This record gives sequence, structure tokens and C-alpha cells, in this order.
Amino acid sequence: MTLKDSDKTAEENEHIRKETRHVLKGFSRKRRNLIPILQKVQGRLGYLPREAMTGIAEHLDISTIDIYGVVTFYNQFRLNPPGRHSIRVCLGTACHMKGGYITLDAWKRRLEINAGETTADREFDLDTVACVGCCTMAPVTVVDDKPEGKVEPTRVDGILLAFEQEREAREKEQIESE
Amino acid sequence: MKANRNTAVADAFKGIKERAESRWQELWSNKPVIMVGTATCGRAAGALDVLEAFKEEVKKRKLDCPVIEVGCMGHCYAEPMVIISKPGYPPICYGYVNPVIAERLVKEFVLGDNPCPEFVIAALEANDLLPSFNDFPRAQYEQKIILKNCGHIDPTDIDHSIASGGYSALAKALQTTPEDVIDEVKQSGLKGRGGAGFPTGQKWHVCRHERGRPKYIICNADEGDPGAFMDRSILESDPHSVIEGMIIAGYAIGTRYGYIYVRAEYPLAVERVKIALNQAKKLKLLGNHILGSDVSFDIRLFQGSGAFVCGEETALIASLEGNPGMPHHRPPYPATRGLDGKPTVINNVKTLACVRHIINNGAEWFAGIGTANSTGTAVFALAGKIVNTGLVEVPMGTTLRQIIFDVGSGIPGGKRFKAVQIGGPSGGCLPESALDLPVEFDSLKDAGAMMGSGGMVVIDEDDCMVEMARYFLEFTQRESCGKCTFCRLGTKQMLEILSDFTQGQGKIEDIDSLNRLAGEIKNGSLCNLGKTAPNPVLTTLRYFRDEYEEHILMGRCPALMCMHLIAYYILPDKCERSCDACVGTCTVEAISPNKKRIKVIDQEKCVKCGTCVDACPPQYNAVVRLSPPSEVPDK
Repeated sequence: MTLKDSDKTAEENEHIRKETRHVLKGFSRKRRNLIPILQKVQGRLGYLPREAMTGIAEHLDISTIDIYGVVTFYNQFRLNPPGRHSIRVCLGTACHMKGGYITLDAWKRRLEINAGETTADREFDLDTVACVGCCTMAPVTVVDDKPEGKVEPTRVDGILLAFEQEREAREKEQIESE
Repeated sequence: MKANRNTAVADAFKGIKERAESRWQELWSNKPVIMVGTATCGRAAGALDVLEAFKEEVKKRKLDCPVIEVGCMGHCYAEPMVIISKPGYPPICYGYVNPVIAERLVKEFVLGDNPCPEFVIAALEANDLLPSFNDFPRAQYEQKIILKNCGHIDPTDIDHSIASGGYSALAKALQTTPEDVIDEVKQSGLKGRGGAGFPTGQKWHVCRHERGRPKYIICNADEGDPGAFMDRSILESDPHSVIEGMIIAGYAIGTRYGYIYVRAEYPLAVERVKIALNQAKKLKLLGNHILGSDVSFDIRLFQGSGAFVCGEETALIASLEGNPGMPHHRPPYPATRGLDGKPTVINNVKTLACVRHIINNGAEWFAGIGTANSTGTAVFALAGKIVNTGLVEVPMGTTLRQIIFDVGSGIPGGKRFKAVQIGGPSGGCLPESALDLPVEFDSLKDAGAMMGSGGMVVIDEDDCMVEMARYFLEFTQRESCGKCTFCRLGTKQMLEILSDFTQGQGKIEDIDSLNRLAGEIKNGSLCNLGKTAPNPVLTTLRYFRDEYEEHILMGRCPALMCMHLIAYYILPDKCERSCDACVGTCTVEAISPNKKRIKVIDQEKCVKCGTCVDACPPQYNAVVRLSPPSEVPDK
């Protein structure tokens, strides 16, 4: 589910350009800086929209397609906006043997999306990761950058329940403050 | 080694060391110290909550008791782990700690006199009170050299490292010539620990005598093998050992430019290396005029972006240069033409971590460990179906059996050992008959596997070898950079054949196709990703052909793992009428009681997640897997 540029408001585009410029200030125009720049821009925006890639291309004086090539080559970069919470299921050897694929199925079933996608309400995005190196805690799911050990289907439900309660509390607070 | 060319260096280091030692001694003087292991594996088990609990409790009771974070001791099975050192007691290591236990330990041990033996794993030193790690059977095989400090020092405090022997090798090296350093490393027989096993001293020698300038040294910490976590652990637990190794390497080859290439999936390692680099700079152990000498060295940190192929050195260089990580043909090797076309040495994390010990203790000492062709120790990450998961360091030449059964304590749950997977996606699965092979570079290659970077995943009777082969192929197929046709398309073909097998749709002649494709991919690929990608398939075919045949000919998965070939079934005569454990836990509500209150699985709804097997109380054990699925009785 990639957002088309026409879906974005002028405001959003301006925000993207501003953030990109901010990152670019810290880097010289050498090609070698490309990956660190992309990492920083993604760190601020959560993903790499077209506007950002064009800005980086101008700064480094290379073609946008070159940047697109690098972005799509590496697993770390994403082209669509992330959800509020990121779910990354480890598919390393140890996790696989202890049922990582079953855990991934459980996440897919519950969130009703595939790996690499974001839920329609932008609450969750689901992805896989090759190995986070916590093989002794298999199967591992990295929830919002925190590796959680022994995540089996029932645990998936537990984690989602906690987020659901958090969300309810947040919405309640919002209503009260209004 | 000759010494004392530069006494100013010795003096400068002496001051730093004295200060570090006095701070270190002050930490241990007459007060209890709590050390919480907060490497990533600890954190996954909840170490940060434990750390918080200790801090809270100590603060609440206004105790003079520092709570510090340390790295990973390697006993990952017992995470979160905590060491408490209290005057009058040996330092004691506790395992499976949670915030409640933390509170009790402070109350009863730190404040009182009860060391709470019920939570103790072992003491760190021999004593009359508690068993120590040396009493464990594994102690007789283990020899910790590069893991020695891991879990015992605060990785974010350089003084801890210096007081434990850190940077003394650097000071020593700077007082000799670069040639002496290279000779020493050559004589030690140190081989690259990244998997290929190229002699490190030789690599440095070639690079030193290249004319191109500037030269570079790169630390390869792109530990991409799924199932391996040695490098992560070392960088998180003792980053200075790697940094020191790099500075010495830089001095030896004659450069001031160093890079550490770390995977983006290791945020904590990145953070701790950053801190370590800053601290080393402050003490003038890194940067301009190291320890007042005319040697300068800088290290920059570069984060990879999640591509397995970037562990290959030429791909890593492409990635550093801002390009997609695609390998190119060797020769020229990076030592002659690497980063920006300049001479570049690329060493693995563990290789660099060895350097300090070789300089400190001498080449002879290092060469005396291990076997004639493979000197030193090997570090393995034990994972999978093994009791003591975690990190082990044993002398080269230790047999696989000793590592798995004596150090790792064998297979949990009384299951039968089936195979061990070594070397990640490039390695192979070795069966029981290969267990007496000594671990060294050559012997494993003969058996069809390879040393690899050190991931060791143990497989038991519940794991399907066809599925394992398919899993690794899926991985290499996804991670193939796409440059070589055979790797890009051949692995895809192999994967499709294997997927058919695991779904019961294969044909027996497909096995020949697999063998043929494997040979073609090996010959037609530039880098080791492609050259070794067929290894998991070839070794499983060589040692476990009967499993393949059972999948193909009978549509049956003997290990009851392949999802398409099994069904879950509740044995009516074992199911307890009053129990509803499985009904409640089934994630898709596929289980319901029938008229006799015997639980029945709706096969249409079942997603085969296996939750019901865990939920069924052990006294009933009524849920079973059947293969092929047609085994399930109709009514």
C-alpha cells in the first residue's frame, strides 16, 4: 500500500522537504554519504517518500533512480509510512525451528495485513527481520524496537490486548481533554 | 617481541592505567556491587525491568551499593542474569531473575546474610559455600579468551576495560615496529574468524606492502547469519577489545582510517560502540597522536542497512561507498584494491578481538591453543534444541559432541539428537555420525559444512530436514543480490522444488534436478553467497535422503513439522470431559466439545499453530499431530 504523491497534501510535502533539508545540512555532497543520509531521513520521517529521494538526489548530484535502486536493495528502507507501532517478526534459524513462521501467521491473521504492510488505521505495521541475534529467546518478535522473547500465538494476542487497552486509555484522555 | 622503542608511550599509558585501576578498586572496596547483564538477549528476557527494580530498591533503602550494567556472560538460557559481589562472599551469579526476585535479593542478601541459594546459578570463584562455574562439566572444555571480560565489566566504562587488561597490548605494540606486530600475528597462526579462515597476518602483510594511499581497515560486524550472535555479544559486552584490535591493525598496516560496519539490526551494539569510541578518544587512545606517539588512528561507525550479502567483503565495500551491496570478482582482493580502490584490510570482530591477547601473551602462547592448523579458540553461538543456549568458547579441535553434549548439556526434554547446523545458510547439517569431528577449518569442510562465523543450531527429532533445507534456501534466495544469473534464478528453482516437497507435491526425479542445480549454482556464482547456497540442501540430501523420500513418496513428514503434511487431532479416549483448556486457547476457535463433551478440532478452521498441544494438560496429552492429514479418522 504505497501512497501516491497525489494523495499527499502540499503541507505534508513541505514537511517532508523541510525534514530532508534538515538532514542534508549535516552531510557533504559525497556519494559515500548516501546510506547514512537515507538512514537519518527515515529516522525522522519513518519512511522514504519520493519527495525526500528527489531532495537527496539533488544534494548528491546523482539520479533519483540510483537512490531508488539503493532504497529497494536494502531491507531496512521502506517506501510507505509506518504504523504507530512496529511489529517485526524474527525469522532466524532458531526462531524458525521454534515456530517463528507460526507466529508470523498469527500476526498476519490478527492484524489482517501481510508482512511489509501497514494496517488501514495506521496503528501497526508488520515486517519480518532476518535475525536479531536473540536466538536463545526464540521465537522473537521485536515490538517497537524492544525484542520480546517466546512470542507464540497466545502471546501475540496478549501483546495486542495491551496495545488495545493503551489505545482506549489514550482515546478516553483525548475525549476528556476536549 | 622487541620492546621499549618509545618510553613516552609507556609513561602515558601508565598514568591512564593507574587511574583506571584505582577507580576499579574503589568500586570493589568494602561495599556490595550489583551487576545486571543487559545485552540484547538479556533485554529480551526482561533485564531492563530487573535493572530498574534493583535501582529502585537500592535507592529506597538508601544503600551504598552501585548497580551497574554489564554485557552477556554467555549463559543466555538463564537470562536475565545478575552478579552480586558482596565483601565476605564470592561473587555470586543469579539466573532467571525478575523484579520480585531482585527485591528479595536486595532485602535478604545485600542487606542481610542470606545469599538466597534457590536463585543461584553458580559462584564465580571456588568457595566453601556454593558450587562455582568451575565445578560445571563444561568448565573442563571451555577456555575463555575473547569472551573473558564479557559480562564482567561495564562496556560503557572504559576504565573497567583498561583495569581488566585493555589497551596494554596497544601500548606494547606502539613500542615495537609494525613489522614486529605483523610477524607476531603471523606466528600466532591466527586465521580470520569470519568463516573463510584466511591467515590474518598474511592479509596485513600484503596490505602493508601495497603502494596505494590511503589504506583502510574495516571491522566486519555485519553478522548476517541467522542463528549467530557472537559478534553482537562481543560488541555489546566488550567493545574496547575490538577497538584496540583495530588500532593495532591500523598501526601494523600503516593507516589512520578505520571503519566499523555494524548491522542496523543491532541498535544496542551501535550505541555501545559509539560510547566506547568517544571514551577512547578522550583518553587519547584513539585519534591524533595516540598516547603521545606519532601514530594516529580514527574509527568511524557505519551502519549497514539489512542485506545479508554485505557480509561478503566486496559487497560490504560497495555498500560503504553508497551503492547497492553487490559483490565483484576477486582478485583483486580488497587487500590490494578495496574501498575507493585503495588497499583495505577487512577483519571479523572476533579476529580483531584476538589481537590484543596475541600481543599481550605472545604468538607462542596463542599457537599453543587449539590444533596445528587452526590455532586459538572458536566461539560458537549455541541455539535451537539445546539445553544451555548461549555463547561458548572452546579451543579449536574440540569435537562437536563435546560442545553439544558436554558444554551445551544436550537436547532438552529427552528428545533424540538429529543434526547440527553449522555455518548458517552457507553451512550444512551434520548428523550424529559426524559428531566426533574436531571443530577446525578443514575438517568441517570435508564433511560438507563449514566453520562459518560460528552459529550452531541444534536440531532434534521434531525438526524436519527438508523444511530446514527449504528454510535456508528461502533465505539465500531472498538475500541473493541478483547479479549472477545462477544464484538469482537457480536458487529460486531449488526453492520451488523444495517447497513442493514440503507440500507433498514433489516427484522423485526432482531430487536429481536439485543435485544438478546445486552444482551449477556453485560453479556459476561470483561470491560465496551463491557458491555455498546449495550446501544445506546437499548435506541434508547426503545424510537424510530417507526423509526426502518419505515426503515425496508417501506425502508424510516424519518429524511432523511441515504444515501442509500434518493435521492436529484430539484422541477421544484421552480427552478429559471436564477440561476445556484447548477450547479457550485455540486462537481461531476451531475446537469445540461434541455431545459427549469430547473436544473435536474443526480441520477446516484449524491453522495448525499448535497452541492446543501446549494447552492440553500433560496428564491427558490428548492432542497429537498426524501425518499425512488423511490419518485423521472421519468420525
